Amino acid sequence: MGKVISNTQVSDQVYLMSVEGHAGGRTGQFYMLRAWGDYPILSRPISIFNISGDSIDFLYQVVGEGTELFARLRPGDPISLEGPFGNGFPDVYGRVALVGGGIGIAPLYYCAQQLPNADIYLGFSKEAYLLEPFNQVAGKLMTNVGGFIIDDIDFNQYDAILACGPHGMMKAIQRKQQQSQCTAEVYISLENRMACGIGACLVCSVSCHDGRKKACTDGPVFAAEEVLLHD
Amino acid sequence: MIDLTCHVAGVPFKNPIVMASGTFGFGREYGQRYDISSLGGISGKGLTLNPKAGNEGLRVYETPSGMLNSVGLENPGIPYFLEHECAYWETLDTVRIANLGGNCLDDYVQGALLIQADHDKRVALGQVVIDMIELNISCPNVKEGGIAYGVKTVAAQEVVRLVRQATSLPLTIKLSPNAEDLVGMAFMCEDEGADAISLINTISGMKIDVHRRSSVFRNLYAGLSGPAIKPIALRMVHQVAQHVKIPIMGLGGIVSATDIIEFIMAGASVVQVGTYNFMNLNGGQDLLEGLEQFMLDEKIQSLDEIRGIV
Repeated sequence: MGKVISNTQVSDQVYLMSVEGHAGGRTGQFYMLRAWGDYPILSRPISIFNISGDSIDFLYQVVGEGTELFARLRPGDPISLEGPFGNGFPDVYGRVALVGGGIGIAPLYYCAQQLPNADIYLGFSKEAYLLEPFNQVAGKLMTNVGGFIIDDIDFNQYDAILACGPHGMMKAIQRKQQQSQCTAEVYISLENRMACGIGACLVCSVSCHDGRKKACTDGPVFAAEEVLLHD
Repeated sequence: MIDLTCHVAGVPFKNPIVMASGTFGFGREYGQRYDISSLGGISGKGLTLNPKAGNEGLRVYETPSGMLNSVGLENPGIPYFLEHECAYWETLDTVRIANLGGNCLDDYVQGALLIQADHDKRVALGQVVIDMIELNISCPNVKEGGIAYGVKTVAAQEVVRLVRQATSLPLTIKLSPNAEDLVGMAFMCEDEGADAISLINTISGMKIDVHRRSSVFRNLYAGLSGPAIKPIALRMVHQVAQHVKIPIMGLGGIVSATDIIEFIMAGASVVQVGTYNFMNLNGGQDLLEGLEQFMLDEKIQSLDEIRGIV
């Protein structure tokens, strides 16, 4: 159980929440958050946005009942944290691009702090947010509002690409990886619905070339060429 | 001193709390969080003869006080389970129930035969890894088999009879709340030599995305679980308990110690806990503590005092 330190709106329907406590975790991992009793039934998987000495931050978008309840939290309110779960982003070297779309930018900030020379590409549908903190940790920051940020990236410039965003964007990354015939290692973090978060329920199952995998424990980060993303 | 022990089909349970199939994997994940040997039992993820990939598309959707799932029995198949998971099960000091699903009659029978053959081999070595088989004729999320057998008593009868012939292990039949004649189905199970009844599986339900004008699930329908179904499950357990002599494992929406007590009062011998495992990853442990506390507070020495009293 943690306690909310702050919960600030950073854009339309997007909030940054800071929770006190010595929570751990590597980049790309997530926590199952719960700020209610029995209902809604399920906790919500939320990526680590940042960890500093005595607090952990989560960036989330209000999309339904659970995240609406998160948005109502005030400093001092209790919140339950289970985690960290998931594999997280692998260690990568050389020239690295971090690519985020919408709320998919959430796991990239923590990543960027550990990869200080990485170029960051952020795509937003309506309005850009949190550009200043990202700018401070980026080698280069590129943003795109309303368009396709993937079009702005030369995959052949990079040794590794780490991405998180909506399904369509992850598909576009897969396509571009194939078309560009780049040699970069490309990893995508998937935003699947989950029930348990620990690998027992198989709700978050992901189709891969070598069978089914679990987004919660085998992922959420997968090699882009490994995953079958359906329409 | 409170006595939490129960018996189902001659199998001793140290307490009435059993983790329900499909919500607990094979126990490993939760076993990393708390001592699952403290539980009465676990029913493993539903197994089919061959590996099953499960359903495509969205697999879960929350509803008021419940959730719909459309996992579709994704599992590694019985041979894989026997080879790779039984070693873990052997380390557990709790009742281990293999949940058996199928696409067709032969799948169920061959599956039961495989489990029995493995059991016999292990018994010869002095091991017991599977204490009971739970026959799942009630999964609403698989097109073939599953619910097709769970609705019609005549269709279910053949499966129950043939699986009963294929195994000497204690056998519980997991019934569907969608059965056309639930009491008739329970009578049939008793007549065919089932040792117990697990009641209920999820209730077939639906969610429509009004913007896309379609069901959110590829299979259209999905299985509703959670507290939303508890009153229905409780009524069904009570109803069936009035008619059959074999014990009932009651389940459906249990999230508290008092929910457990309600099922016991309705006539269940033990209960199974499913969706609550997602709401509280330490749910089994917390329910056990809650149950002990409730019995202390209410001065109930043993569950036999209250079983079926309503």
